[in-house]
Amino acid sequence: MSARLLKHGAPSPVLVTAIREAALTGLLVVVLAVPFLGLKIENAGNGLLLETRWPAAFIAVGLAMGGRVLLVLGREWWHRPAVFDRFPGTVFLSERPLWGLGMAGILLALFLPLLLPNRYAIDTATTLLIYVMLGWGLNIVVGLAGLLDLGYVAFYAVGAYSYALLSLYFDYSFWLCLPLAGLLAALFGILLGFPVLRLRGDYLAIVTLGFGEIIRVVLTNWNTLTHGSQGISGIPRPSFFGLPFGVAVEGGPVTFSAFFGIAHDPLHRVIFLYYLILVLALGTNAFTLRIRRLPIGRAWEALREDETACRALGLDPTTIKLSAFAIGAMFAGLAGSFFAARQGFVSPESFAFLESAIILAIVVLGGMGSQTGVVVAAFVLVVLPEWFRDFVEYRMFLFGAAMVAVMLWRPQGLLSHRAPTLRLSPGPAPPH
Amino acid sequence: MIDLYRETAIFLQQLVNGITIGATYGLIAIGYTMVYGIIGMINFAHGEIYMIGAFVAVMTYVVMGMLGVQSVPLALLAMLGVGMVVTAAYGWTVERIAYRPLRRSFRLAPLISAIGMSIALQNYVQITQGARVKPLPPVLPGGIHFLEETGFGVKITWLQIFIWTVTVALMIVFTWVVARTALGRQQRACEQDQLMAALVGVNVDRIISLTFVMGAVLAAVAGLIVTLQYGVVDFHIGFLAGVKAFTAAVLGGIGSLPGAMLGGLLIGLIETFWAAYFSGAYKDVATFGILVLVLLFRPTGLLGRPETEKV
Repeated sequence: MSARLLKHGAPSPVLVTAIREAALTGLLVVVLAVPFLGLKIENAGNGLLLETRWPAAFIAVGLAMGGRVLLVLGREWWHRPAVFDRFPGTVFLSERPLWGLGMAGILLALFLPLLLPNRYAIDTATTLLIYVMLGWGLNIVVGLAGLLDLGYVAFYAVGAYSYALLSLYFDYSFWLCLPLAGLLAALFGILLGFPVLRLRGDYLAIVTLGFGEIIRVVLTNWNTLTHGSQGISGIPRPSFFGLPFGVAVEGGPVTFSAFFGIAHDPLHRVIFLYYLILVLALGTNAFTLRIRRLPIGRAWEALREDETACRALGLDPTTIKLSAFAIGAMFAGLAGSFFAARQGFVSPESFAFLESAIILAIVVLGGMGSQTGVVVAAFVLVVLPEWFRDFVEYRMFLFGAAMVAVMLWRPQGLLSHRAPTLRLSPGPAPPH
Repeated sequence: MIDLYRETAIFLQQLVNGITIGATYGLIAIGYTMVYGIIGMINFAHGEIYMIGAFVAVMTYVVMGMLGVQSVPLALLAMLGVGMVVTAAYGWTVERIAYRPLRRSFRLAPLISAIGMSIALQNYVQITQGARVKPLPPVLPGGIHFLEETGFGVKITWLQIFIWTVTVALMIVFTWVVARTALGRQQRACEQDQLMAALVGVNVDRIISLTFVMGAVLAAVAGLIVTLQYGVVDFHIGFLAGVKAFTAAVLGGIGSLPGAMLGGLLIGLIETFWAAYFSGAYKDVATFGILVLVLLFRPTGLLGRPETEKV
């Protein structure tokens, strides 16, 4: 709208333009705001009543019109940067200067329990690390291999439930279940990937989304195995390589605190879990960094860039995609099994589509393929909302709005890392 | 012994119900398929637009009640009209705010933006309208009964006839718009080559905006239909309906209008028959299972054109 006015407009006075645009915006916002902000359907017994909140609608319209005027006036003296600077993909941050940042981050993570020895901080950091690990795992699938996976949480669920069920029915310990969960998730990845990886990217997106839903529906409805929507509780916590945490009991097993001759402290388990996920996450990271330099990792990135060229060079896209899919799934499975062990409880609710969306958002906001970016994005999306707990009602709304805002602000992600390609003729983006 | 007569009646009843729910999936799917055809993105917030349409329908109904409108056709027309206008505004705004600035960035950026928009819209409606389910009394009761003597009886409600009529009418109008009008021609031009279309004087941004508006209008109709058919609305009906409608669009061959409608009808029928003959809990599993099967054997969907990739 604005562009049109500027194009046709002989030098129209700024103020007239501003008023005209504000009027149009106002009209639009009236239509948007009246039904939802201005009117509220209230349940009254079996029927419905209508409540009015005209002030709210009025304020929204006023804000939008005022904002529009300021925008038009601001555009006059603030010139937009040249089109080149606005073009994503031309601004690069190589991973090299981030090395220092990464190392500092790892050091900070290592000493965090000493710096902040309170339960809440360590719990939050553990949650953050779970998402970082999931982000790094999905980064292999989306960032490196370029496969759009909208159902990543399904593999996370497979991992969590495999530990929960194996410990419930067979009494397997966490340390045995951890690799089994990874294997099972990878197996599911192969089972799902085998038929669908021949498909184009967007079909893959919808099939993975469907798969995520299927897993959730099955977990909810298969009451005899999974206890349905009630979930499985009382999942045993992991031990310190065989030494359980907890208060030492006469005649009971040797506990962690007794073995090391220190006083029992419930914080021990929390800290141990923190270090466990830290090791798992850093393992994921190390694996990714190494495999990127191996032929298979190179093949993933090549495939992302140009599938046709890869075929011409004799690479088999299906096998390569399948390996990325399975490895990504495996890391989700490991994280899932840790999640089950940490919570002691799993239910299908934890594996809704929203989780997949958050993990994907972490990868994309971080800058696809950037390992450091994942950490930054996970912090933005997981820890920052924690601080807004007081606005619980508005939290998810703000979360969604923030996702849009960050994408508009930096579509290439917070820290983008791609091979430098400079597009000289910015034609319309290719459809896929 | 199976009572064949009665079984036929049950089958016909499921067919009637399946076609009705399939019509809504088809209407939503058209929005996905048109947007995907023109800018190649999955408009994740489209399901929320449909949910907004359903809410506006309920709201208009309550307002009509307060104004003392007794005439059912007038009330239906108002629900249809107001719903279309409001969803059109939402569809336009969502595109303008969340997608247009990302038009030239890489493929996943608009998708993430769309997911964010979907979360925001869902919670916007929850905050402003409350989380409780909104019930609506039947607006158009009664219908035609036949095969009563089987003991089961097939019932086609007036409402279902209204829904089919509206859907068929809209399909005719939209097919005509896309095939015969200047707007449709420009849309198809943008679909094929945006740069070329712009060079011959098509305002690409405007056409894309109008595509979103058209999709939103159809989603409003779907929202109205669901509200009338089931009589309940809440703020998270958009997600599952959106996913299924997108599945329908893929099933029918993405980018194809008749394909979207066909896919919608198929999904509606699969879901209804699965729930009737097997288990209601696993009907979504059946839907996605069939999607995977179709994609395995016809990767371009039922009516999609095979895509040749130029190197």
